[in-house]
Amino acid sequence: MKFEYQRPATLEAALKFLAAAGGDCAPLAGGTDLLVMIQEGLVGPRTVLDISRLEELKNIREEDGRIEIGALVSHGRAAAAKLLREKAALLVESCLQIGSPQIRASGTIGGNLVMASPSGDTIPALYALGAGVVLKSVTGTRTVAIEDFFTGVKKSVRRPDELLTAIVFPAPEPSARGFYNKLGQRKALAIAKVSVAALVTRKGEKVEKVRIALGAVAPTVIRAPRTEEYLAGRKLDPETIAAARSLCAGESRAITDLRSTAGYRDRMAGLLLARGLEDLL
Amino acid sequence: MNEIAIRFILNGKEVSVKAPPTFTLLRLLRERLGLTGAKAGCERGECGACTVILDGEPVTACLVLAPQVEGRRVETIEGIGNGEELHPLQQAFIDESAAQCGYCIPGMIMAAKALLDRDPGPSREEIKTGLSGNLCRCTGYTKIIKAVEVVAGKSRKGSESC
Repeated sequence: MKFEYQRPATLEAALKFLAAAGGDCAPLAGGTDLLVMIQEGLVGPRTVLDISRLEELKNIREEDGRIEIGALVSHGRAAAAKLLREKAALLVESCLQIGSPQIRASGTIGGNLVMASPSGDTIPALYALGAGVVLKSVTGTRTVAIEDFFTGVKKSVRRPDELLTAIVFPAPEPSARGFYNKLGQRKALAIAKVSVAALVTRKGEKVEKVRIALGAVAPTVIRAPRTEEYLAGRKLDPETIAAARSLCAGESRAITDLRSTAGYRDRMAGLLLARGLEDLL
Repeated sequence: MNEIAIRFILNGKEVSVKAPPTFTLLRLLRERLGLTGAKAGCERGECGACTVILDGEPVTACLVLAPQVEGRRVETIEGIGNGEELHPLQQAFIDESAAQCGYCIPGMIMAAKALLDRDPGPSREEIKTGLSGNLCRCTGYTKIIKAVEVVAGKSRKGSESC
């Protein structure tokens, strides 16, 4: 490995460094993806900017009905956080499906987004929660809806001079229930072949609204709008779930690659949704 | 490559060591500090053979840059016994014949120690999850899990280990 190592003491110093570096600089958070990519020669930044000690990016809090998670919160800490366990259980589920205890101790919520893999485990859950991504640079701060953040496989709208500093989402209504279902080759240390997250709000017996996100079946995580529309206003029963299952499989746009085949992924997208909805009955 | 001085707490003792900032913690331990207990396996965070405990949490030393440990606490397999007696986990691994080739064992024990440090009496399922980041190609895991259960069982509240 060949690079310069910098460890700024504050967020402000980190942003200044990024602005001056002109793009040839990789922020280091958990290192679970970046260091592998550097070692394998997939990226070769001139500078590695170690932001892993910026304590100001490690908070989890709720304010005025909005939950904010600092970008440097590890998946392990997110999964253990009382606030998230109570109010965003599907995000906790997705964090616990990442890698292994070691990877969860290092890997961060922000890093999983910046890497922009269509199979990133936290991403479908954050789509379902309607999250926004906070990007900061020396020139200002902007919040981008998570669905606008990703532009393709491993691509996002983050500029090289920006740091992803936090994820924000409205605290789900107390009655809302969600899930994250993942299918991988094995339980630990597996990249998703396909994954489905959903957040369902019900009024009485009927679904009031639902957000469904599918992972690893398109260049970015995608929503399943026709399935969502179908479910809205209906009672969750076996018949409705069966119809949603086939609609959802039809909305999956999977390809065949080394991890799985297109047809299998599409069908499993439907199945993972159906299983999640059945668990809500 | 310029070397920098890295100071940290290694197995309870303050150390200062020079290394290139591009070194991983694994190389720092093995090549500069002579601690070869943490093993280089996949060197991409997937096998757990290099597991050490960093500020109380299990990490793969192949995915930590050496300068990242500045000022922090690192525990390795070399530091968990007291020099005279084995750590209870080490003794249990021997008693249960949990090692075959042995390459994964330092990582297994450090992952298990991180788990037991946090929760001295985990269930069998929790032990399996705690060890899910450590691959063993010899044993089939049964005896490894049993060894950790033996130690956990001594702390478990009112339940027999199976």
